[in-house]
Amino acid sequence: MSDTRKLSITVNGTTHNATVETRMTLVDFLRHELLLTGTHVGCEHGVCGACTVLVKGVSVRACLMLAVQCHGATVHTVESLAQGEPQGKLNVLQQAFQDHHGLQCGFCTPGMLMTLTEFLRDHPDPSEAEVREALSGNLCRCTGYQGIVDAALAAARKMREEVDESK
Amino acid sequence: MKPAPFTYHDPRSVTEAVTLLAEKENARLLAGGQSLMPMMNFRYAMPDHLIDLNHVSELSYIRAENGALKIGAMTRQRDIEFSEVIRENCPLLQAALAHVGHRQTRNRGTLGGSLCHQDPSAELVNVAALFNATMHVVSQRGARDLPYADFAVGYMTTALEADEMLASITLKTSNKTNTYAFAEFARRHGDFAIVACSALLTMNARGEIAEASLALSGLSHAPVRPAAIEQALRGHKPDPETFKAAAAEAEKLEANADAYVTAAYRKHLARVLTYRALEQAAARAVENAHV
Repeated sequence: MSDTRKLSITVNGTTHNATVETRMTLVDFLRHELLLTGTHVGCEHGVCGACTVLVKGVSVRACLMLAVQCHGATVHTVESLAQGEPQGKLNVLQQAFQDHHGLQCGFCTPGMLMTLTEFLRDHPDPSEAEVREALSGNLCRCTGYQGIVDAALAAARKMREEVDESK
Repeated sequence: MKPAPFTYHDPRSVTEAVTLLAEKENARLLAGGQSLMPMMNFRYAMPDHLIDLNHVSELSYIRAENGALKIGAMTRQRDIEFSEVIRENCPLLQAALAHVGHRQTRNRGTLGGSLCHQDPSAELVNVAALFNATMHVVSQRGARDLPYADFAVGYMTTALEADEMLASITLKTSNKTNTYAFAEFARRHGDFAIVACSALLTMNARGEIAEASLALSGLSHAPVRPAAIEQALRGHKPDPETFKAAAAEAEKLEANADAYVTAAYRKHLARVLTYRALEQAAARAVENAHV
């Protein structure tokens, strides 16, 4: 008999109640149960960073957490970034990725975006070196990272301008 | 790449956790999951019972008391990285943590998890060896303390019995004249080090080395405290000649080879990193003296 638990989890603002097998990882729960396939699964052992999501506001590898560990928790995935319905408007960070060629195949992009969402929230004015270190846990095999770093720095700049304007 | 089935337990207290650990066959404790979860995904580890410690809040704290630093086993690496108490009492720990994995893994990874996983190249394992940390162990049978030197018994193997768990560790950090450095070589930032060397120096009024501690990890099954080198450093000026002599001795330490790295290369790194750690520690002492 498989071991199951009842789970209540708030993903991108919507609370879901489900019964899950306790061995199911968070990333499989997001993708297979909630059909939120924006979060990608790469290596499944915590190396590539493609599955990065925010749990209680901090970035984690969703392949190294069990869904059951997120009972009562708030989770944000890449689907939370674009604003408005139906398809949503790209947010500042996403738009910067498009503008600066921060992606080619796009497989690593959801993880990159979620890592940077946390990083830029905590470090609104980072240096290039700090951005590169923040991204050290996210692997991209297409871009050579330059476009991603450019996008992160451009997004940080834009976000700072928006904060200044709103003052 | 999915964990094999297990029965999940999420105790709320240490008492509950050690009771489960004593009662259940083939049980594993889940801390931050940054090593055990990959092992379960690969099915290198297939526990029948998984005891998740993430709700045992009494295992997560940082306290400076009586010239010592006591840290709960479930304290997350992230919390140590940003802790003011750690910055004041043991900045070396933060210097070491800068090399541990990545932001996403430090957000979940714990101090106790790393020490119990006991990867010989792990930075936190190196620091535990450097301080010869006191390991506070609990089980249903009671509590016991053991020095780190007795805790690490083999390659990725600790002295913990099947029913025991690490509750906390204590580092003696009383000496305020200490200076420190942590130097390592890894192929990519965030990887486990191939070799790492940490150094703790106490200088006397004449500007000589009064006390020296060194820990070299990555050479063999557990970190080494080279007592002869530490002894030889005493009473010497912290100059290149002194460092060179210590580094030459470090190269003579025993080293293992594996599929990727030869023993000779590890010995070479032991020499280079010992020199660097001593040089950086001495430079920091000078800096501090001018503040």
